[in-house]
Amino acid sequence: MTGTAASAGPAPTVAVAPGAPGAAPRTGASVAPRHLRSAVTEPAWVKWLLVGIALAFLALFLFVPLAAVFVEAFKKGVGVYLAAVTDPDALSAIRLTLLAAGISLPLNVLFGVAAAWCIAKFDFHGKSVLLTLIDLPFSVSPVIAGLIYVLVFGLQGWFGEWLRDHDLKIIFAVPGIVLATVFITFPFVARELIPLMQAQGTEQEEAARVLGANGWQIFRRVTLPNIKWALLYGVILCNARAMGEFGAVSVVSGHIRGQTNTMPLHIEILYNEYQFAASFAVASLLAGLALVTLVLKFIVERRVRRELAVQERSE
Amino acid sequence: MVFSRALLKRHSVLPGFDLALGFTLLYLGFVVLIPLSAAFLKTFTMTWPAFWEAVTAPRVLASYRLTFGASFGAALLNAVFGLVVAWVLVRYEFPGKRFVDALVDLPFALPTAVAGIALTALYSHNGWIGQALPFKVSFTPLGVFVALTFIGLPFVVRTLQPVLEDLHKEIEEAAATLGASRLQTFTKVIFPIITPALLTGFALAFARALGEYGSVIFIAGNMPMVSEITPLLIITKLEQYDYRGATAIAVVMLVAAFVLLLGINALQAWTRARQGK
Repeated sequence: MTGTAASAGPAPTVAVAPGAPGAAPRTGASVAPRHLRSAVTEPAWVKWLLVGIALAFLALFLFVPLAAVFVEAFKKGVGVYLAAVTDPDALSAIRLTLLAAGISLPLNVLFGVAAAWCIAKFDFHGKSVLLTLIDLPFSVSPVIAGLIYVLVFGLQGWFGEWLRDHDLKIIFAVPGIVLATVFITFPFVARELIPLMQAQGTEQEEAARVLGANGWQIFRRVTLPNIKWALLYGVILCNARAMGEFGAVSVVSGHIRGQTNTMPLHIEILYNEYQFAASFAVASLLAGLALVTLVLKFIVERRVRRELAVQERSE
Repeated sequence: MVFSRALLKRHSVLPGFDLALGFTLLYLGFVVLIPLSAAFLKTFTMTWPAFWEAVTAPRVLASYRLTFGASFGAALLNAVFGLVVAWVLVRYEFPGKRFVDALVDLPFALPTAVAGIALTALYSHNGWIGQALPFKVSFTPLGVFVALTFIGLPFVVRTLQPVLEDLHKEIEEAAATLGASRLQTFTKVIFPIITPALLTGFALAFARALGEYGSVIFIAGNMPMVSEITPLLIITKLEQYDYRGATAIAVVMLVAAFVLLLGINALQAWTRARQGK
């Protein structure tokens, strides 16, 4: 497939192309599809080579590790698996993980909606700075996220003595774990909502306002139905990260078994004690959560695409 | 709240600006900005020589070399294969394509600790992949590279996909009618258009890898001077109650991350400009 052959092939239409730019190649494509299609795509062997490379790369780095989690988890039998995930320490780790996600999720949803409302619906000075600041936690290492809370609330930190005098514990206790989780999952909901709400504009809300709706009514009846799928997707992502966070939580948790161990920390302890099957058993629960997250994401994205298409058609 | 209204460039009939902005700033301040400032303020309590010594000790320098080097290598590998994956997903039809497309996000959704133990098991000397390789991967710097490749995989694919989808067929047809071979069309027409997005994806993967901890510590072996990443060194210092030493290294990493963040913002602006948006 050479370019000259392709351009010489559908000679009648393409030869006059300079006279009628734009229109000519398009008619050419429908009249003589073979030649033009070969001009804008690769030969079959290149195509299948590229598909093969891509699939091999993804299999090696994604599929095989995922499969390994489940295979290792059931290596010593279902009995060992069930014992590992119903062990009291594992159950308390699961409870703590659910608690940390359960607290940080609503907080970040509230923040995400508020931030998206002012950024997407209003034009104000310093907006781009605010956007960059919201992204900040993405670029901070989880370990450093934990460290900064130790510097603020740890015994040697700003509020360390005050907290000790009032018998309050944040670092090496549950509140620290929640704070670290909130920091790590901070931008997710906002980042999902902002681009969508910016694309949707403000006309519908303004119409509702003119018709006499108050702020809450506008949000409930106009904005929320428009953003519900993106919001759901943001919540799903946020939840996956909250339950799986390791580095930040590891710094602030203190690793007290049965008290301040989340599921990822429990996995680490089991692994370091060479209880590999048990470690992978607990890991398989989180891997299952990741798979559910991907499936939900797939469904939500399809919904969003369909709704955007409907909106575009009606406009 | 007249003050916040003064920030508005344009009057709006919509309510809730004061409340939403006020809450956003308050929450941002308490959760992110004030705790982050603690790291910088802590280093101000150190003298300059003490700071310099803390961040340039041989063991720390070795950890920078490993962290930055492995992150760069992993991001580079992801740029090459991410381009192939994005191209294949956008341009071709093949069985299982939608499943593969959904699977690309796995590193975003899979907890890092789970990825860490899975990769370690695979690449150890009796693991599925490890026993087929003539050299050691687990517990060597190569293991760090493998883990960081996994972590950074979705970034290049996901930044390239929308740009490739937006490419107008007409320009490729124009190139072909002007006599360009398919390879020439790719290198001279398509590649320049997608370069900013490719660089953005590379930078995002690199930035993510710099701070990564969970997936690396299992597979790295964590030998000082050899396979010890910088985030682990921060934790080690913390466990020795060397808060200043830990914070000093953290500030170096934070500054590197912020510089990258600004660079990524600039790259994204370039991507939009190149796409004519």
